[in-house]
Amino acid sequence: MGKTLFDKVWDAHVVDTVKNGPQVLYIDKHLIHEVTSPQAFNELEERKIPVARPDKIVATADHNTPTINQHLPIKDKLSRLQLEQLTKNCKKNNITLYGLGHENNGIVHVIAPELGITQPGMTMVCGDSHTSTHGAFGTIAFGIGTSQVAQVFASQCLLIEKPKSLRVNVNGKLKKGVLPKDVILYIIAKLGTNSGTGYFCEYAGNVFEEMSMEGRMTVCNMSIEMGARGGMIAPDETTFKYVKGKEFASKGDEFDKKVAYWKTLPTDDGAVFDKEYSFDAADIEPMLTYGTNPGMGIKITEKIPLNTDDSFQKSLAYMNFKAGETLIGKSINYVFLGSCTNSRIEDFRIAANYVKGKQKATNVHAWLVPGSQRVAKQIQEEGLDTIFTQAGFKLREPGCSACLAMNDDKIPEGEYCVSTSNRNFEGRQGQGARTILASPLMAVATAVHGKIIDITKH
Amino acid sequence: MEKFIQLTDTAIPLPTENIDTDQIIPARFLKATDKKGFGDNVFRDWRYLKNGSVNTNFVLNNTEFKGSILVAGNNFGCGSSREHAAWALVGYGFKVIISSFFADIFKGNALNNGLLPLQVSSEFLKKLLQEIQENPSTKIIVDLEKQSLKTSVGNVTFDIDTYKKVCMTNGYDDIDFLISKKEKIAAFEAAL
Repeated sequence: MGKTLFDKVWDAHVVDTVKNGPQVLYIDKHLIHEVTSPQAFNELEERKIPVARPDKIVATADHNTPTINQHLPIKDKLSRLQLEQLTKNCKKNNITLYGLGHENNGIVHVIAPELGITQPGMTMVCGDSHTSTHGAFGTIAFGIGTSQVAQVFASQCLLIEKPKSLRVNVNGKLKKGVLPKDVILYIIAKLGTNSGTGYFCEYAGNVFEEMSMEGRMTVCNMSIEMGARGGMIAPDETTFKYVKGKEFASKGDEFDKKVAYWKTLPTDDGAVFDKEYSFDAADIEPMLTYGTNPGMGIKITEKIPLNTDDSFQKSLAYMNFKAGETLIGKSINYVFLGSCTNSRIEDFRIAANYVKGKQKATNVHAWLVPGSQRVAKQIQEEGLDTIFTQAGFKLREPGCSACLAMNDDKIPEGEYCVSTSNRNFEGRQGQGARTILASPLMAVATAVHGKIIDITKH
Repeated sequence: MEKFIQLTDTAIPLPTENIDTDQIIPARFLKATDKKGFGDNVFRDWRYLKNGSVNTNFVLNNTEFKGSILVAGNNFGCGSSREHAAWALVGYGFKVIISSFFADIFKGNALNNGLLPLQVSSEFLKKLLQEIQENPSTKIIVDLEKQSLKTSVGNVTFDIDTYKKVCMTNGYDDIDFLISKKEKIAAFEAAL
């Protein structure tokens, strides 16, 4: 029987197997940030256990950082202390830190790929559920809790049960205006928020094969929103081309040797998955969410469905929407373009291309937050910042920002926000804020029109 | 980690489905660098109204319901990997969460903090929720050793990974185990 991409990478990292229990999985790269690491460092210190492999850890500050005036001291005391704690912990333990202001700083899931830290065939973890992003490279990457961060610090391994396998195939031709974000929102709307729980998902089919690495990252990023610990896409020429020449990628013969190995990773013909779904690309339209979990999504032309379930009703009441309503024409005052889902250069190119020669609606507060310092720099180099400025937009500095609203970037109570982020949970973007998840194109179109429009008609 | 062997207590019903970790502990409370104090803010935005006053409609503020067992709707703990959610529930005093489905990362985080995520069928969950709502003083007996759950609406058994059961009943954690594998890990690294 053939092996899956997931099996190949997993099996190559098993150190030991506990009888009737979990496996000891070796971790190639451990990414950390300020919010989910301090208690793990404390734990090790209390137990007098050293960090096993500091050379395999990379740290950044992203979740709790301001996106304006990053050169000034952080006003919020607790946020400042949390960042200082990260700096202290990294220094003490010899861990590379790309702190605030560093040229490599940015959202953890944006910087690792752009620096070439993320590579095919690796195992990667981070105390953040969107670690699944790195699966775009054919990497086993998943989010862990802080106790597990401490485990990896102590041993460079994780004690974990092997998940089951799931494959989602999307084949055919995507309609105009349909972006990778719409593809993943469509899949989650079809399958639901817990369809992937206990599984690792592989995305296959020509739609993913034809996507850029940025697009693949957007798709894999949201795997957790259908419950899957991670998502993967088989590495191919697009992947190798992206990794080649990056700062942390091997060079010359070493790189060629790696590519030869990476070419052996794609799922074998005849490999069997525990669960498999297939969708037709032509059925996908620009997507929007109308509720308080990412599975509550509809096509732009669809109306909010009717459902008498209590949790569903509670969700609609929170959003102040009614069953049978269309979202087209809804007035929107807030737009967020950013997060580890959609803050890469390609997302800003799409946005700039749309707003060029247009003007932001006066009622809209639009927050455009690049995923990293490098993305911010590239935006300038490509002259996209001028396009945004001329259209009445202002760029902010890199960070997680309004995706989780840990810093000051909070959407006010009762306001709708068309957001390129990944979660529309109650209060996620600020207490009482109402999130509508969408693609970067739908987000900037909303910012220009001041309301939701059917992008396929423009 | 504290040992968990058996527990007899009343329970709090929270039938809402898809309770995500942002509801269990909102992001604005994740700025602490230790594990203390999260219990004060568990379900913060459901427990308190926007003006800061107590939301008397929320079950944790209903004095009729008490106990260290939370019985919650399907897909409990979805969303973010924040272990702060487990710390908040433990900090508030919960020892067991009963649901018909748990999100992966939350389940692992709970087990790593001595909080038992106990999965039952959706039919049983429905019956149990109804019973607690009608009869708040109903006692639930959780026996981890026997993997059994005894209630006035019936007795059921539950699954738990053998290794995790040993950890919970003895108060061991994974770090101790992984450190005991040091030589094997070193050999694996040498072969890389």
